[in-house]
Amino acid sequence: MPLPTVAAQRAALDRGETSSADLVDAALTRAAEVDPAIGALVATRDEAARADAEAADARRARGEVASPLDGVPVVLKDNLAQHGETLGCGSRILEGYRSPFDATAVARLRAGGAVVVGRANMDEFAMGSSTEHSVAGPTRNPWDLSRSPGGSSGGSAAAVAAGIVALALGSDTGGSIRQPASFTGLVGMKPTYGRVSRLGLVAFASSLDQIGPLAHTAEDCALLLDLISGHDPGDATSLPEGPTASQADLDGGVEGLRIGLPREYFETEGVRAEVLDRVRDAVAVLEAAGAKTTPVSLPNTRHAIACYYLVATAEASSNLARFDGARYGRRAEGAADLREMYERSRSEGFGTEVKRRILLGTFVLSAGYYDAYYKKAQQVRTLLRRDFERAFEGCDVLLTPTAPEPAFRIGEKADPLSMYLSDVYTVSANLAGLPGLSMPCGLADGLPVGVQILGPPLADARVLRTAHAYQRLTDHHEATPAPIDSGART
Amino acid sequence: MSKLSPEDVRHVARLAALRLSSDEAEALGRDLHAILDYVEQLAEVDTEGVPPTAHAIPFETPLRQDTPVSSIDPEEVLAQAPARAGTAFAVPKVLDEA
Amino acid sequence: MNAPTHPDYEVVIGLEVHCQLRTRTKLFTGAPVRFGEPPNQDTSPVCLGLPGALPVLNGYAVELAARAALATGGEVQPDSVFARKNYFYPDLPKGYQISQFEHPLSLGGYVEIDVAGGDGPRRIGLTRIHMEEDAGKSIHDGAVEETHVDLNRSGVPLMEIVSEPEMRSPEEAGAYLRALHEIVRWVGASDADMEKGQFRCDANVSLRPHGATALGTRTELKNLNSFRYIEEAIHAEVKRQAALLDSGGEVVQETWGWDADAGRAFVMRGKENADDYRYFPDPDLIPLTLSEEAIEAIRTALPELPGARRARFEQAYGLPADQVQVLTASRELADFFEAVAEASGAARAAANWVARDVQAALREADRDVAQSAATPQSIGVLIGMVESGRITAKSGRDLLPELLTEGGDPEALVAERGLETVSDAGELERWIDDALAAHPKAVASYADGDKKSLNFLMGQVMRASQGKADPGRVRTLLAERLDAGGAA
Repeated sequence: MPLPTVAAQRAALDRGETSSADLVDAALTRAAEVDPAIGALVATRDEAARADAEAADARRARGEVASPLDGVPVVLKDNLAQHGETLGCGSRILEGYRSPFDATAVARLRAGGAVVVGRANMDEFAMGSSTEHSVAGPTRNPWDLSRSPGGSSGGSAAAVAAGIVALALGSDTGGSIRQPASFTGLVGMKPTYGRVSRLGLVAFASSLDQIGPLAHTAEDCALLLDLISGHDPGDATSLPEGPTASQADLDGGVEGLRIGLPREYFETEGVRAEVLDRVRDAVAVLEAAGAKTTPVSLPNTRHAIACYYLVATAEASSNLARFDGARYGRRAEGAADLREMYERSRSEGFGTEVKRRILLGTFVLSAGYYDAYYKKAQQVRTLLRRDFERAFEGCDVLLTPTAPEPAFRIGEKADPLSMYLSDVYTVSANLAGLPGLSMPCGLADGLPVGVQILGPPLADARVLRTAHAYQRLTDHHEATPAPIDSGART
Repeated sequence: MSKLSPEDVRHVARLAALRLSSDEAEALGRDLHAILDYVEQLAEVDTEGVPPTAHAIPFETPLRQDTPVSSIDPEEVLAQAPARAGTAFAVPKVLDEA
Repeated sequence: MNAPTHPDYEVVIGLEVHCQLRTRTKLFTGAPVRFGEPPNQDTSPVCLGLPGALPVLNGYAVELAARAALATGGEVQPDSVFARKNYFYPDLPKGYQISQFEHPLSLGGYVEIDVAGGDGPRRIGLTRIHMEEDAGKSIHDGAVEETHVDLNRSGVPLMEIVSEPEMRSPEEAGAYLRALHEIVRWVGASDADMEKGQFRCDANVSLRPHGATALGTRTELKNLNSFRYIEEAIHAEVKRQAALLDSGGEVVQETWGWDADAGRAFVMRGKENADDYRYFPDPDLIPLTLSEEAIEAIRTALPELPGARRARFEQAYGLPADQVQVLTASRELADFFEAVAEASGAARAAANWVARDVQAALREADRDVAQSAATPQSIGVLIGMVESGRITAKSGRDLLPELLTEGGDPEALVAERGLETVSDAGELERWIDDALAAHPKAVASYADGDKKSLNFLMGQVMRASQGKADPGRVRTLLAERLDAGGAA
């Protein structure tokens, strides 16, 4: 039996068949059952969530339902600030830190009545593609506990895939929502850059980061996006547009939709044949539904990873300078002077991958290297953007694999570069600011495979509509992993 | 583009306020070298006259009104400071560096 | 050109001024800008460098900096970019300072100076004006082994005004700073209160042989926070460098602080990582774009600048330069004077009144002109009444302090207190009769040729009239009576 969607939970709430209190209870119970084996969550808000659920039920009883998500349990990635709650970012350096303010997305979510039940594990400061690099330890993929759920939003993905909640928030800097969605059989979306306020999202790479949903369906993602998107005067990079109205557009279908298939994405070295087969199957489904496909070229794709790792690490090296042990978080004990305190707090507080990226980013901005590395990467970024602009002159969306392979084993990508290369299909959308979505399109060796839909800037609703059309014709999103724990399922 | 010497790694670590053990410095130096080797490919891209992109989606600068906004209670932050002196943050003394 | 500062070397000075913009909130957050609050009370997530905080630019700060740029003839750029200057220091909570680097708000411009004994007015070129956020304050208490951090100043909006190295003496540097200080205050860009650190100066000083074109190695003097210290510090630095060069030594490029108490400079240790700030465009902030219309709107709204205003006061009102200087000490005073002049219908009298009596009365009341309770119109009316003879100058001077501190309508006050000048011959004759009768000795000495007795008797009459008698009429009538023999 498929896991319940937000839409199903909402319908049951509307019909009075369940209550928010019941949904939250079920989520917490499920978490207690399965999460010891998975490690999706780093914290749950048992009492607070139950209180929020009761308030939601009281609103509903008064006929004051705040939004389609009112009373629905959700999970937040641990880099999204919620007032009074811990904000750990998978890092030792933020040990014990509690945010004194709400992220805008979290405030909007809560204003809409969604009940935050817990915080999800992640690669430290969102740097990783496996959710192995966390002070809390790795998160395991509910489809195969020896495998990674992807990352960095692996905790969010695993929480949904394991049936704890139907909806989780993640963040995507180079694929950190889409790749975990692909690895765990979910829909994950990175909106157009600037659609969702970044205020209260702990920055990894400011010009690339976006908050987005992980859920079973495009419809659920649309519900969330419509609630949390829209201009925020507190984020200077937030687009002037109001909230998306993607739900209204969901049923538009794909008749006449022009789907571009970027040649370079299907010819990438190292991509698994089964992955390409599943993606081609998806193309065939959409063609049968009236979409037209056309080959396109994105010639600078092969430079995307290099460009991405220069831009992202440069920004990160600066964004993470504030974690210095001076004002909050963990300070190394017994330092004799300030410099020693900084260096020891940071060296003890950050994990190896974060240090690696801080060093790389510091180096590429440093005197004598800025032009050759950082500025060059920003120029190549322009070329990548232009590739997409040209491609979208002849098509409405692009369809590509999300990741070159299904979920890899924990520990398999020990070499940092091989880990970076696994982001090859996802980073370009961040560099160009495009909306991107991954949805399940079948299994390979019993593991989910994702297909990615990319749209031009602001075409978030079109991307969701395409995914929704596909999901109405297929049932890949209803596939569930084998029972995790004594077969118990709520 | 250049190879990273152990001195380069130490210099960069110092700029980043990181203290690396010699094993760590060596391992990270190797990683950085491999990554820089990989990104070397950008050198072959012709970017003559190409403007850099700092923001993917350009739009007009948003400006804020000069109106005070009540924000957080500073005590909520000070209360979790590793060390404080009254309402000031306390840190180990700054040593002058020649 | 006045005598060179040093006989063997030409002195080359460039100045960098950090000037606090007169906003209510910080450059990138709505936290308040105040002075003297307990540590960390004027902070927000942005000033504290909390995880997830984001900067949003204060539009009014941009307008103020643009005003200063346009007032100094600078070219405000249609696009400017905020960058991050990265280094670790406790007063820098984000680990970087947001500052304009490659693309500043304004390029070029100049400040006109006129040094006493010099060759007349001279323009000192500006390189640029850019905006940046201030750092917080690290308090190093020698008694304890720790540093305390107060982030109230963190994020306060500053503009940095960078001059070309075109000043040739400490006096020119002082004149430049005074002129710049006046302009930024005049256009309302800054209060520039030096005691509150709102106008801080760093000086780059180098020497070269007279006639040389290449610049010598410069040193930077930091934290010069009064006009007097600046001139003193530069003098001392010129002396130090000259002695070094004379003895065959070399000037080392370094940063010096100025110890005002000891009257000497000391070498400051470089800030950590000072060699490599890794500037890059702040990805949290879109480039600042200013349309031509927006720039023109700011230019149009600029007040008449001090130089132009002084020239106009001299020409239009025929006032002497030193009096104009007094009347234009601030824009408020100049505005006040003009309004008084217009209301009084007697500009030169108004100039005398404002420059002398109004200023004295305000000083007495410990107020400045902006705190005057009287409108300039009412002061003008008062002066007009004196000029037309409706009241005597003495009555006018007596009423002035009350008007300035309490306000009120001079017409009503004069009527209420019966201060109108008495010029009715009958009434005047009565006071004169009384005076002559009371002081026969004075009458006699006038008759003996001591014409000064007239003044004494004038005084008696004026006193008897409580200052209301028309002094001109009194003098004429009194002289007639005395010349006629003084008989009552």
